[in-house]
Order: sequence, then structure tokens, then C-alpha cells
Amino acid sequence: MSSSRVVIIGAGPAGTRAAETLVAAGLKPVVVDEAPRSGGQIYRRQPPGFGRSLKKLYGFEAGKAARLHDAFDRLQDKVDYRPGTMVWGTEGHNLHLADRDGRQDVIGFDALILATGAVDRIVPFEGWTMPGVYTLGGAQIALKYQACLIGRNVALVGSGPLLYLVAYQYRRAGGNLAGIFDTTPLSRELAGLPRMAANPANTAKGLYYFAWLAAHGVPMLHDVSPLRAEGEGRVARLVLRDRAGRERTFACDAIATGYHVQSETQLADLLGCDFAFDARAGQWLPRQDEMGRSSVDGVYLAGDGASVRGADTAEATGALAALACLQDQGMPFDAAVRNQALQAMRRGSAFAAALRDAFPFPEHLYENIADTTLLCRCEEVSVGTFRATLRDKGAGEVNRAKAFCRVGMGRCQGRMCGASAARIAAQTLGVELAAVGRLRGQAPVKPLPTALQTEAGE
Amino acid sequence: MDEQSLFLRVAEQDREIVPFFVNGRPATALSGDTVLTALLTHDHEVRLSEILEQPRAGFCLMGACQDCWIWTEDGKRVRACSTMIEPDMRLRTRSPFNGARPE
Amino acid sequence: MTDATKYDVVIVGGGLMGASAAFFLATRYKFSVALVERGRIGAQASGVNFGNVRRQGRPFIQLPLAHHARDIWGRLPALIGEDCEFLPTGHLKIAFDEDSLAALEAYNAEARHWGLSLTLVGVNRLRADYPFLGPGAVGASFSPEDGHANPRLAAPAFGRAARRAGAHVLEQCEVIGATRQSDGFIIETADGRILRAPILINSAGAWSNRFAASFGESVPMEARGPQMGVTESLPYFVQPVLGTGDSSFYMRQVKRGSVVFGGGVHVAVDLADPRPRPRPAHLLTQLRSLVRFLPSMAGVQVVRTWSGVEGYLPDKLPALGWSAKTPGLLHAFGFSGHGFQLGPGVGSVLADLAATGDTSVPIEPFSIERFADNEPAKTSPVAPSSGSAR
Repeated sequence: MSSSRVVIIGAGPAGTRAAETLVAAGLKPVVVDEAPRSGGQIYRRQPPGFGRSLKKLYGFEAGKAARLHDAFDRLQDKVDYRPGTMVWGTEGHNLHLADRDGRQDVIGFDALILATGAVDRIVPFEGWTMPGVYTLGGAQIALKYQACLIGRNVALVGSGPLLYLVAYQYRRAGGNLAGIFDTTPLSRELAGLPRMAANPANTAKGLYYFAWLAAHGVPMLHDVSPLRAEGEGRVARLVLRDRAGRERTFACDAIATGYHVQSETQLADLLGCDFAFDARAGQWLPRQDEMGRSSVDGVYLAGDGASVRGADTAEATGALAALACLQDQGMPFDAAVRNQALQAMRRGSAFAAALRDAFPFPEHLYENIADTTLLCRCEEVSVGTFRATLRDKGAGEVNRAKAFCRVGMGRCQGRMCGASAARIAAQTLGVELAAVGRLRGQAPVKPLPTALQTEAGE
Repeated sequence: MDEQSLFLRVAEQDREIVPFFVNGRPATALSGDTVLTALLTHDHEVRLSEILEQPRAGFCLMGACQDCWIWTEDGKRVRACSTMIEPDMRLRTRSPFNGARPE
Repeated sequence: MTDATKYDVVIVGGGLMGASAAFFLATRYKFSVALVERGRIGAQASGVNFGNVRRQGRPFIQLPLAHHARDIWGRLPALIGEDCEFLPTGHLKIAFDEDSLAALEAYNAEARHWGLSLTLVGVNRLRADYPFLGPGAVGASFSPEDGHANPRLAAPAFGRAARRAGAHVLEQCEVIGATRQSDGFIIETADGRILRAPILINSAGAWSNRFAASFGESVPMEARGPQMGVTESLPYFVQPVLGTGDSSFYMRQVKRGSVVFGGGVHVAVDLADPRPRPRPAHLLTQLRSLVRFLPSMAGVQVVRTWSGVEGYLPDKLPALGWSAKTPGLLHAFGFSGHGFQLGPGVGSVLADLAATGDTSVPIEPFSIERFADNEPAKTSPVAPSSGSAR
């Protein structure tokens, strides 16, 4: 039994806790991670040679970051760690890996824990592909990982907790902020507060950022609609419509945008997991039980890649997936640990649900997106072309529309445009979001270079 | 830091200087920079989109959007946001692809 | 819907064959047509194939049909209002050894008698005209009027044109039973429709054998998945479709720059799962071929792979034409991985057959009768027994 091979994909909070749990049970899991160092996105470590303190990097979360990093470091010789490695395809119980130089490897698994994390969810606006426009997550990485700001005068537009956190971090780092432009009405956020009591600490942090930013005179507008980024070859202005319906222009040299985050589910899809539409997340997610078992035997789901519930819950679901894996292999596990993790998972899920309600995805923005706006930034297909494809070509769902007009067909495989494509499709066709389906995943999960593998191959 | 740069360094500036080349011209970065940071602390684009030929400068910085793939002079693909700059790296922001070249 | 809806022709299977048949029946003959498709028009073999509009290399007996189809490919904008990205770029079949070259030469000599004019390209010309080719090529055959088109667009475009011309195109509509009675066919669908028509066209692709079997004409068909991949967009540099003589590798570049490739390998498929996955190991094999073929492709990114379901018959020829057993039943399936080019021609021929009983295009070699000995004595898996085929 102990010879069974467990593979974990991802070395963020969920992957780390999953590995730790399996090692504690006497297993030596393989941990495959695209990043060069563990930590995931939220606790991403700065490169060697950087000297900022954890407190400076992670603020309130410094302690958690330290504990997670230490936990992974203690596992170094107890796991088969493959950093800088992408899983690009799967077949049965085999995973196809490529490292940064394109070297290929195939590893088999008896059990697989997917802890693939999340990426920003985007609503396109005119000019969103222009240099200077980044995701909120990207803006945060520039600072945490590279000690850089994305610009000298940054506008932040979107919704969700990351909006205020990134603004706070930028201002603290000495950045000038052109403003925080929240698409959510303030009343909606306040109405969500009581339910967020499930996690008073997180709620308090959110309020703290908000109050601190206000006290530091950062312009903040609620209930806005971004219209366009303007500039010659790079961002110079953000134009938006305010709650009174007036068009307003803000000078800036960079824009950070995002609307909460969405799960990275491509591998679950390639592995054949059943998906169901999660109305609250507004996303198709792999079906799972409370322990993280997917519909496919031996495949487990953890962290934000399974369902976006934040880093704390990711640690709990990482442990749960590992425990489920042990249980299914007939190995002993500590029921008390499981019960504790289950409780943490349920608490986190309740808080995440409240957050979703407080910062709802701004479906209404899609009604006003101009036809000329690019929808698919890889294939460079406009919203207008996509709408016309749906209307005139009989494309009744997103894969069909993709086949006809290439939206979602490019390098990013719909990561950046998929959520928007689904909403525009639903609106154009006048059907429910769930009825337009989900973009099917296609290997390679990320672009695979040809040459390098031929050197390694044969 | 150049006027036309997108990114602005705000800390960690006493790192080792790393010389590299972009489109044949010498430039410098700091040890620990990603290729994207190395480029955007000098300039405001890293590539042109294939169809509309519009400038791009990355977007997600976490290897998801695939919008910062550039080239080395010998034709190797580099995802700028998730590749570290290395001394004397020779980068290109325009495709060196010449399909018609004899092998 | 009342008891039954009557049509002149009911077509089961909305691939390129069925959709173009519906189009030609509705436009050329003003027939009332129902095109019944279990999924979406052109979503299976017609939509996932390589996109070759190639005549050279086909069995000679297929060439009259291929010529007929090629004529239609050239007239798509006038016929259906869009070109489906058809480009007559030419097709270059490349030999890497003397035996293959001899085969190309022999094919060339005979093809002219079948109305296909090909040019043999010597090794020096090949080097000069196609400098991007990798080492090892010893010669080639060029078919100037062949080319390629976008398979994702072609069948749906025919389906829309058929609909505009008055055909009833029923998508996501599964046929659960088809029987012949004295006055024609009765077709039942899963959503409760009853369709009647004196003529039934079986163009259900890899699933066609179920219908054929229900009329006592089972054939030894095998379902396989092609495996295709596509690269990122590159500067446009390869006009013709390139392929090896044995189809172990083929590729084409679309105008916006990506290179589509396939060949050499198939994916095992289960007809119960219409979406087979490409195999990663196959992709690696194909990439080695790609770089051997075009060394300049080294380092280029692959961004997608796909597969699908195609029906193969043992002699690689389709079953096309009237049923040998059931009056009024037309078959068009088993195109064995090279039906895309033929598609619009097949639709045109089917329309002629259904409307006039005959066609000027010789299709006798494709008669399903050649499998007559294959029919096992067993009950039909699809059609109810009562009033069934005689």
C-alpha cells in the first residue's frame, strides 16, 4: 500500500498541506509545481537575494506565510519535488510533464491531488490589452515578487477583496493611486458585512484597508462602469461612467483590474472529472464531495482550484484531500485532524459565500461593452464578432461559438475571456448562464514548444 | 529607470546588476528580475500581437494569460513573467521566425 | 406537432455530406427536406478533420466524384454565401525515398487519364521552391488546384444555407427508430417527433452502421479518431498543403498564421463517447515529424490538440449510393478519414439520386452491396421489428 504513488499538482497552501499530510502518513508524494519555489500565488516567495521581511511582504498574513513556507521546507527531502514543471496533458493515470526547457517526462499516479489554484476573473473594456493594464493579481505579484509597481500613477478598477488589498499595498509601498473604482454599490458591500462575521478577522482586515485608504485621501468611487483605457501605445487615461451616469476621465499610467478570482480547472477537465455549474461562483466546477473527491476514482480536488474559498480554506482542503486519499487507500488517518479540517473548510466556505454575495460579479457591465472591444486577447476577436456569431450563425453554446469565431481558442485557452464569453453568450441568446456551457479544455494545458522536446525525445 | 518604462522599482534595488541584450542592444537588469521586469523597467512593451500587431506588455504576471511570450535570439520561446533574467541573455521582442529559411 | 410531418427526403446525420445534400435538395430541386442531427451540424468527423481539399493520392475511381466536389468548393461564395476559408493553394505530396517517388510517378502518369493534372517536382526544384523543407526529400508531386478549407465552418455553413433555402434542420435531435413501410419511411426521434418520407439518406458518419444494420446491411466499419494539433500564429510562409506519400504526416498553414498538423496516428474511440481525447504521446511523435519536415518549426508553440470520431471501412472506400436491399434508402458513410474534400460533391450526388434516381457521377464502386456477404443474421439494434425493412 505504501508503494502507491500519489502526485500533487501545485505547491501553494493546498498542495503544501496535502503533501504534509501524506508525508505524515509515511508516503512520499510527488509534488509538481509550475513555480520555481513553493508558496503558490498568495504566499509566493520573493527571489533569492531579496531582503524584505515577511511582514513587509505579506502584512497581516506574515505569520501564515512563514508557517506555510516552513512546512514545505521541512518536506524537501520527504517529497519528490518537481518545481518549474508543467503538467500539460494526461492520459489515463499518466501525466505528461514538461520543464522550462521543454524536457518531457511521464509519471504515473495511483492517486492525484489537484491543487491548481486560481487566476483573476476579468471583464474586458476598450483598451484592456494595452500596455499598462494588468490584473489585480498581476499588480500584486509585481510588488511582492519583483519590488516593482506597475506604474507611477495606478488606477484600480473592479470588485472583490483584492481591489482594496492591492490598493493598500501599493499606497504603502509609496505608489500614487489615481483612484479605486469599484463596480459594486457600497450598499451591497455593507449589506454583506453581517454574514462575513463567519470570519471576523478577515472582515476586520477588509474594513481596515478601506478606512486606511480613505484616511489617506485615495479617491474612491463605487458603482462605476469602466468604459475604456486611452493612450498612445500605453495607458494614459481611464474613462468610466460614474453612478450618476456621467462619463469621467482619470489620468493614470497603469490600470489594475479584476473581479475576484476563478478556479483553474483545465486538468480536472482533461482527467474527465464531471463538472457542475456553481451559481454562486458563476463558474463550472468539478463535482466534489466534502473531502475533495472528484467524480473520477483517485482524483482529488483541493484549494482554490476546486472552489475559490481563500488561502486558509485551501490549507484545510489540501489536508482533507490527502486524508480522503489515505482513507480510500485503506491507510490509517487521524479522525480528529479530519474533523478539525472539515470544520475549518465549512467555516471558510460560509465566509467565501458571503464574500461572493458582497462582491457580486458585475453581470450588468456586459450590457454596455462596445462591439469594438476585444473579447479574446489571444485570437484578437472582438465582442461584436462574438455577438454576431451567436446571433447569425446559430452558435447555441460557447464551444460552438469558439469553433466558428475562435474566441477561447488561443494560447490562454479561454482563461482570460471564458467567463466573459459565457456571459455575453447568455445575454445575446437570452438564456441562463449555465445553458451556454463551458469551454472544453484541450491539451496542452499551456503552450508547448516543439523543438525542445525533440532534443529530449527519442 | 527610463522615462518610458512601465514598471517602477520601489525597493530591493541593491541587487547585483545583470547585463543582457534586447533586440541586439545592451541593457541591464537586477539579479532576481523576471525577464518581464527586466524589459518593462526600460520600455513599455514586450511584443506585438500576431493579428492586429498591437503592443503588449503582459497581463497576469502568473503564467496564465500567455501574453508575454517572447524569444531568445536562437529562437527559444520565453514566457517573460515566469523566466528569470540571466547574464548575457539575448532577448528579442519580435519573432525571429523565418519559415522560409533553409534548414 | 401532429401525427407525422411529411417530407420528400429525410436525412439522418448532419455532417458535411448530409448538410450539403439538404442544401442541394432544397435549392436545386425545391424538395422538402428534414436534416436530423443528434448533436450539432458538422460537429463530428466533418468538423474535426484536417481540412484537406485534396484530390491527388485518392484512388482513381474516386476522382470523378472528387472533381465534382472540387468544382463546388470553388463556387462556395456564390452557392452558400461564404468561402469557409477554402484556399486553392495546391497540394504537395513529398517522397522521402525512391519507392515513394516511384509511386508518385506512377500515380502521376495514370491520374491524367482521370482528369487530374499533376506536376512532378524534382529534387532540385523542390529545394529551390520549398527551401523550408527538411532534409531527405527526394521529390514530390504537386496538385495545383487542390487546397484546404476550415472544417469547423464548412458543414455548419451548408446547414445554414439549407435552412435559408427552406430545409428543416433539426439539431440536438436523435433518431431512435427508422422503419420502412409500403409508402415510405417512418423516422422517430427521441424528442417525440415522427417524420415520414419516401426517401431516407443515411449520412450518420461513424454511427451510420447502426442504421445500415437495422435495414439488414451491416458493414464491417471501424470507428477511429484522427489526432490533430495546431501551433501559434506564425508569419504566413507555407501556401500548399504538405503531406507524405503514406499520409504519416501532413500539415497546412492557415492564412492568419497557425500551422495545423496531423497524421500517423489514431485515437481509439468508443461510439458511446463522441469526444475522444487526443493522446499526449501521439502529439510528441507528431511534433518530431513536424520539425523533421520543417526544421524552422523548432521552438514554435503548439497551442491545441483535438480528436473526433471517423468511420473506416476495410477497403477505405465509402458506402455511397442506393441500398441494395431497401428501396428509397441512400447510404453515404464510411469515408475512412478522407471525406472532407468529397463532402459537397457527395451532397450534390445524393440530391441528384434522391430527386431523379440517378447521377452523372460514377459511384458504382462505392455500392454497399460489396459488403453483402458481411451481413450477420441477427436482429437490428436500432429499428423496432414491426413493419421493419423487408
